[in-house]
Amino acid sequence: MTADSTLTKMAFGRLTLQAFPVHEPLLVATFVAVALGGAIVLGAISYFRLWGYLWREWITTIDHKRIGIMYMILGLIMLLRGFADALMMRMQQAAAFGAADGFLPAHHYDQIFTAHGVIMIFFVAMPFITGLMNFVVPLQIGARDVSFPFLNNFSFWMTTVGAVLVMISLFVGEFARTGWLAYPPLSGIAYSPDVGVDYYIWSLQIAGVGTLLSGVNLIATIVKLRAPGMTMMRMPVFTWTALCTNVLIVAAFPILTATLALLSLDRYAGTNFFTNDFGGNSMMYVNLIWIWGHPEVYILILPIFGVFSEVTATFSGKRLFGYSSMVYATLVITILSYLVWLHHFFTMGSGASVNSFFGITTMIISIPTGAKMFNWLFTLYRGRIRFELPMMWTLAFMLTFVIGGMSGVLLAVPPADFVLHNSLFLVAHFHNVIIGGVVFGVFAGISYWFPKAFGFRLEPFWGKVSFWFWVAGFYLAFMPLYVLGLMGVTRRLRHFEDPTLQIWFVVAAAGAVLILLGIVSFLIQIYLSILRRDALRDRTGDPWGGRTLEWSTSSPPPDYNFAFTPVVYDTDAWWDMKNRGFRRPVAQFNAIHMPRNTGAGFILAALSGILGFAMIWRIWWLAALGLAALAAAAIVHSFNYRRDFHIPADTVARVEDQRTHLLASQG
Amino acid sequence: MTTIATGGNARAEAPVFYRTEEHAHAAGGSTLLGFWIYLMSDCLVFAALFAAYGVLGGSYAAGPQPKDLFELPLVAVNTSMLLLSSITYGFAMLTTYQGRVGATQGWLIVTALFGMAFVGIELHEFAHMIHDGATPQRSAFLSAFFTLVGTHGLHVTVGLIWMVTLMLQVGRRGLIADNVRRLACLSMFWHFLDVIWIGVFTFVYLGGMLR
Amino acid sequence: MLCACHAVVLNPSGDVGQQQRDLLLDSTWLMLIVIVPVMIMTVLFAWRYRQANRAARYEPDWDHSIHLELIIWAVPLLIIIGLGGLTWEGTHLLDPYRPLDRIKPGESAAFAAKPLRVEVVALDWKWLFIYPEYGIAALNELAAPLDRPIDFRITSASVMNSLFIPTLAGQIYAMPGMETRLHAVANAAGDYQGFSANYSGAGFSDMHFVFHAMANRDFDRWLARLRAGGGVLGRGDYLKLEQPSENEPVRGFAQVDPGLYAAILNRCVEAGKRCANDMSR
Repeated sequence: MTADSTLTKMAFGRLTLQAFPVHEPLLVATFVAVALGGAIVLGAISYFRLWGYLWREWITTIDHKRIGIMYMILGLIMLLRGFADALMMRMQQAAAFGAADGFLPAHHYDQIFTAHGVIMIFFVAMPFITGLMNFVVPLQIGARDVSFPFLNNFSFWMTTVGAVLVMISLFVGEFARTGWLAYPPLSGIAYSPDVGVDYYIWSLQIAGVGTLLSGVNLIATIVKLRAPGMTMMRMPVFTWTALCTNVLIVAAFPILTATLALLSLDRYAGTNFFTNDFGGNSMMYVNLIWIWGHPEVYILILPIFGVFSEVTATFSGKRLFGYSSMVYATLVITILSYLVWLHHFFTMGSGASVNSFFGITTMIISIPTGAKMFNWLFTLYRGRIRFELPMMWTLAFMLTFVIGGMSGVLLAVPPADFVLHNSLFLVAHFHNVIIGGVVFGVFAGISYWFPKAFGFRLEPFWGKVSFWFWVAGFYLAFMPLYVLGLMGVTRRLRHFEDPTLQIWFVVAAAGAVLILLGIVSFLIQIYLSILRRDALRDRTGDPWGGRTLEWSTSSPPPDYNFAFTPVVYDTDAWWDMKNRGFRRPVAQFNAIHMPRNTGAGFILAALSGILGFAMIWRIWWLAALGLAALAAAAIVHSFNYRRDFHIPADTVARVEDQRTHLLASQG
Repeated sequence: MTTIATGGNARAEAPVFYRTEEHAHAAGGSTLLGFWIYLMSDCLVFAALFAAYGVLGGSYAAGPQPKDLFELPLVAVNTSMLLLSSITYGFAMLTTYQGRVGATQGWLIVTALFGMAFVGIELHEFAHMIHDGATPQRSAFLSAFFTLVGTHGLHVTVGLIWMVTLMLQVGRRGLIADNVRRLACLSMFWHFLDVIWIGVFTFVYLGGMLR
Repeated sequence: MLCACHAVVLNPSGDVGQQQRDLLLDSTWLMLIVIVPVMIMTVLFAWRYRQANRAARYEPDWDHSIHLELIIWAVPLLIIIGLGGLTWEGTHLLDPYRPLDRIKPGESAAFAAKPLRVEVVALDWKWLFIYPEYGIAALNELAAPLDRPIDFRITSASVMNSLFIPTLAGQIYAMPGMETRLHAVANAAGDYQGFSANYSGAGFSDMHFVFHAMANRDFDRWLARLRAGGGVLGRGDYLKLEQPSENEPVRGFAQVDPGLYAAILNRCVEAGKRCANDMSR
């Protein structure tokens, strides 16, 4: 070893030229495409002189609506990445039989299925639901913003930095090859000595901070900022589910943080929490990660149940059936979701009584879930159903989710789980509930609230095309996996011996292609909607005949959401207002107190990203510098006391007058 | 079967659907609630670390055991440092609410000194153990011990940095509403760490000696 | 070659697997009682109450019915009570740690031969099966006589795996430093697939083995062949075998260090390493 290499090691840690995968054509091509695309976007921003606008209006924004929209954009971009991974897995599994080895070596394939899971859960599903909650909740409760607007901006950027680290791992170094939950000892330093698991740890830790803080924020918002008259039992169901979800986030994510911290100590400091020797216990990791992981499933699905409740009531033109039983069902699910984690590893050999306990608690969750299903059903009953896009997604959900629910309960029967655990049946099950539940719900939510966010509706034709591709693609892609699971085929296999299985994988791959067409149609839908936005304009603020407060304000809502704080007398507050002759105030506006934009959140998150990157590559000087800068920036930010301002009364009056004219012009 | 009983009297009269006066959700009105929720989440981080210690606390891997390592008198001194710092922080808050800047700063300094003594003694204890070969790498028990106690110590250190920052801010702007709120948050944080330490003291040190 | 073109999980040859299959099917039927009506009602309601159908009743304020609510909570509850009962009983009866009390329907295990003990070690990325009664071992090949209970003791040398022979019984994890157990019995002769059902690293895909279920006579012949084949598995040989490798061919060991399995389990195969069970807990 020369002095030169020691110096390089000090300067760059483990980061060497070998970390750049220039020898993998697939990655080089992806990189070129991403670099070109990125260059075009950056060039366009510079050419149109949008940097200042972006910085002032979006990057530093503390407006919950814009932050919500940015979460949705993040989710969409990461969906493309996560789906590309899915497509590659389907292609590999459809091709690699017998002598054919497929196009992905284990080193690459194993990263892909890990990244697919991590990205889809943490950087697609989570941003989507956080985005929906961020945008909708303050509007639904008649608030001007969330409780902690600065924190909201910071949370968003932390989540984004986590996603950026995962993306960097594609081109610098590699991602984990451990499966999405990185079970030790495989994820320990002994069996995964390279940086993949470190990318995994740091991206999740940084994004996790964002998620946790956004959970704290939304709980405080819902508890403290509800409009007068909105008692707990008059909150819209979506807000209820958002509250329960955020309680779950605050109660579950710290466990993830602690667990990953212990794993990092094992990897960085040589401790023995999860190692094979010196008394370590890897099964403790499995328990801890699922104590977070199972509530996480409900974190994703609960707000989606809320979306479906809103959509069903609105498009049936009818009050939601069984509001209170819906609320109690949500609460029961929230609590029970902590008592089921062991069903993810019945096969650990915990003994019959422990296994039955966790199996039966799991089944009990299906009771409130079943009640919810019936509530939606009886909301349809004696309604006037309009088959707009959000309603179509809802019906597809109702038909699809029950199948996933059923396969889920099957997996909760321990002896049945022994034969189905880790099989493609399991893979089919959780895609059935995540695509059939979360994804369908996110699309329902997007098409439902899009006009509120942007002031024009989404173009329906391509939306329906996308809908049918998604639904058909889902069934085609995952029903074969149920069958394969029953044939005893396990998950995460890269290569198969038995040629008779191949046809099922080919069908599944065809399904994935249909889903691809669904995603493309969705992008076309957005593009065409922007193009035809004038024809699709929503001038009323209430395009669907809505029932809750967000539809009482304009589309898009003004910065301050509501010129006057609404007073609530009913669960369906806006419906009630419309029925009882509400007249929109047109004069005597006051100045409105609002929080001020700040770049601190972006800067803190960027510094966290640098810290994470330095830790991943063990560039100790940069890590120390990053940490010091992070602490300094946080302290400096705390010296800023100028955090709010007033929108003057005449500005408010001008904005409201415009709307008065707009409404009047439609008669 | 319909139930629109909501609204009550408001239904009979002409309902008021909005408030014309700009009623104040005072700035930072939810801060204490929000901070308390954050503390609960932090509490869960400690819960996970306690659980890890509970599982691994007996895995000595033929290495040193609590009886070989812990010096209860030292830990008792340490505990009293932290408990005293909690009391003095309480005094700081009392004087804060009376608006006495000088007294507040004085009590904060005393609190910080107790806090530093706590961290110092803890570091001394760690150094001593590591010197004797009882490193965090030696066994799962020691990994769990150092992580649990160290995480608490790290929290105290962060609390100290925060305290110094706040002293500067109180010095510059006095006891304005923003600063009082921040002092109240740090107060909750500081007492929270006290409660956690009581758990550490009982569960790790006393429990370890009884094992 | 092995054909998995039939759904082996629904059609296992071993008695334990069959009982697990029965439980799977019973639970499915039980749930269909509620799933099918829900699906039919969804389609029916959606169609009947479409906006265009002005003939259908429209009650925009109808949002509560105590009878209906009782039913929608009670029906899932009753089904789950039924399913919970099935689960409790099935889980205890089919606990993999519980010695078998029957070898096939109506045939008690009490009269069967004494269980065949097999010690299983998951290695990177291959399976080692040790037969302590016979002092032999085989790599990536498992054989057992028909109608004789098999008593698996399972551990892993490095990372977590899962031992799964679908035709025989459900899977159980193989974990380093820990031992899991599985009781099963083969009831129909044949060659079946076994594999790891928990991702364990680069060579995971090809970490499978053949399970031969054979008549007693054939099993004796198989043992004899292994003994005649030579091959010794001492601690040093094991340490070489333990090194990561993929697609290892089937091979036998006529002689096995009798303390090897315990040493692997307690992580002290290497000379001079202290065994986990010797360290004071």
